[in-house]
Amino acid sequence: MSGTFMGMPAFPDAAREAVRDPVLRANLRHATHTIRDKRARAVAELADWERLRAAGKAVKDHALRHLDRHLVQLEEAVTAAGGTVHWAADADEANRIVTGLVLATGHREVVKVKSMATQEIGLNEALEAAGIAAYETDLAELIVQLGHDRPSHILVPAIHRNRAEIRDVFTAEMGRWGRPAPEGLGDDPRELAEAARLHLREKFLRAKVGISGANFMVAETGTMVVFESEGNGRMCLTLPETLISVVGIEKVVPTFRDLEIFLQTLPRSSTAERMNPYTTMWTGLGPSRGADGDGPSAFHLVLLDNGRTDTLADEVGRQALRCIRCSACLNVCPVYERAGGHAYGSVYPGPIGAVLSPQLRGTGSAIDASLPYASTLCGACYEVCPVAIDIPEILVHLRERVAQGGPVTLGGVRVRIRPARGHTAERAAMRAARLLLDRPGALRAGERLLARARRLRPRRLPGPGRAWTDGRELPQLPAESFRTWWARERGERA
Amino acid sequence: MSSRDRILGRIRRAVADGGPDPAVPRDYLRVHGVRTPAETADLLAAHLAEYRARVHRADGDGIAPLLARLLAERGARTVLVPSGLPPRWLAATAVTRVEDRPGANPYELDAVDSVVTGCALAIAETGTIVLDGGPGQGRRRITLIPDHHVCVVRVPEQVVDSVPQALPLLDPRRPLTWISGPSATSDIELDRVEGVHGPRTLEVILLSGPAE
Ligand code: SF4
Repeated sequence: MSGTFMGMPAFPDAAREAVRDPVLRANLRHATHTIRDKRARAVAELADWERLRAAGKAVKDHALRHLDRHLVQLEEAVTAAGGTVHWAADADEANRIVTGLVLATGHREVVKVKSMATQEIGLNEALEAAGIAAYETDLAELIVQLGHDRPSHILVPAIHRNRAEIRDVFTAEMGRWGRPAPEGLGDDPRELAEAARLHLREKFLRAKVGISGANFMVAETGTMVVFESEGNGRMCLTLPETLISVVGIEKVVPTFRDLEIFLQTLPRSSTAERMNPYTTMWTGLGPSRGADGDGPSAFHLVLLDNGRTDTLADEVGRQALRCIRCSACLNVCPVYERAGGHAYGSVYPGPIGAVLSPQLRGTGSAIDASLPYASTLCGACYEVCPVAIDIPEILVHLRERVAQGGPVTLGGVRVRIRPARGHTAERAAMRAARLLLDRPGALRAGERLLARARRLRPRRLPGPGRAWTDGRELPQLPAESFRTWWARERGERA
Repeated sequence: MSSRDRILGRIRRAVADGGPDPAVPRDYLRVHGVRTPAETADLLAAHLAEYRARVHRADGDGIAPLLARLLAERGARTVLVPSGLPPRWLAATAVTRVEDRPGANPYELDAVDSVVTGCALAIAETGTIVLDGGPGQGRRRITLIPDHHVCVVRVPEQVVDSVPQALPLLDPRRPLTWISGPSATSDIELDRVEGVHGPRTLEVILLSGPAE
């Protein structure tokens, strides 16, 4: 994964900073609560939500079960439609491929539409090292890039910044990258959006190379799908001569028809809208192979592994690959609300980050070994997940790996990892616990969902992980509320 | 070994244990509610309006004067016209027409005030219009760069109720643009702001009666 996040402190240490920052906590609280309530209303509109959820889960499971076949089919379809498919086993290879493609165009500037995969591989840094300027064009990404900052939320990467801070960043930094912010810029969101429009428009109009990710790729037709709101995606996908899409291999779905599920579940789950303002679907260079002047005349698809096949090899952990990055799990998570996105030390924050990052990167570093402990196992994330990823189950499974060691696949090779040194894992667990215990109110939201979470029956935590369970069966959190249970646990320990 | 072979090999080893392979249950609803065509059009109008598109209605005689009025109110001096747009629609306006040409550069398009198009279909339940580059719709960039987009939807024939009804009518080989209201962002404190990079004003005309 990206070097950006290397050397991160373990989750509890990183989270402590956020917990102490009142501005950040107020921003996070406001944002996550607003979106979570809206989402619940958007979901309630569909009487068949649970059936759509089951269907979405099954489509992704089926796609993953035959991932080899679907990727080969996708490659054929994209190639037949005039695109070129590249395969990248890891971040370095993907960065080399993309850098080479950009250099070959002769241009030294690219416009980018928000893509978690390119953040994951640290593409912007690789491009910069090759003398290529990469401009993020999503408003939040622009705020992050101009502020020399890191994203903290999947959907709203600048969720940790309020309007006054954004105004200051625009005023100070826009001029160094291109068109400066208007004189006397205020902090009304409308004015700030207008400043971004003016700043980025000159970049869109002259752009010759665009870089994107994709939300879905359709194996049978070779169709790529990008959901967005602002129109920066459409700009990057249609105006440049060359389009390069870097997409994780798990984004493939078998059929065009499968999109009817995700077109209903993704917007409602992520932005709480019936439909997001813009969705673009394209297949290679289109029916005229790029001759009609509609869209790019060259299209490259870079299929990225970078730990995904290792994740696929884990029979419990592989369900994380179903993720459609809606971010609903972040918005309901009591730990995320308090700790913020940065504490997760990865482009994938929140509950999904806690299960995805340690799998994509292995649990070798302090941050990755502590991530499986960054949860109360309240189960709210599972309840809202539109593809029914049982995040608590994976967390317990990963804790077991950290604490006990066991078989994992790393770089395609099956190895046994040794248990983390006892005190390391235990310390991570206890510090994460303290973080939550010191503010019991943070757990209330999760508590309401507990009744449902109780049907989850993950295994008991042996070894140092017992710090969390003290020998009790985790899922049986039974008669008493989670908070009472916690309080008593702490009492016993104090 | 190529990375392609390496990745495919890793996948085959990773799923060698079998793993879940359920049949996809398609028992979700094809449509959420029973509606007459008129009710479906009303729902489309309501949902478009909720996302701040301006919705108008016209019949065969009313479309030309309506378009003339909308362009005049906007103060448009130039309007982009995709090939295949029924000429009758713009018969009542003197605004300068700009053709959608393959060689047009983005700067030229940026100087145009408005664009008028048809669409491939519209989806009532989600308040969505889909463009597929067919006649009267033009290249994707013409509905992207100008700040004012007027889109004509023929009712009832171009309106479906739901997303599952829409997909079989669309050809994935064509470039598809799904539009639900004007561009928007909620990136600043989750306050929704309409209009960032795409057209900040989206007007939709629900046109009943004969198309030509
Ligand atoms: S894990 Fe589920 S809820 Fe979380 S981002 Fe992924 S799809 Fe959304």
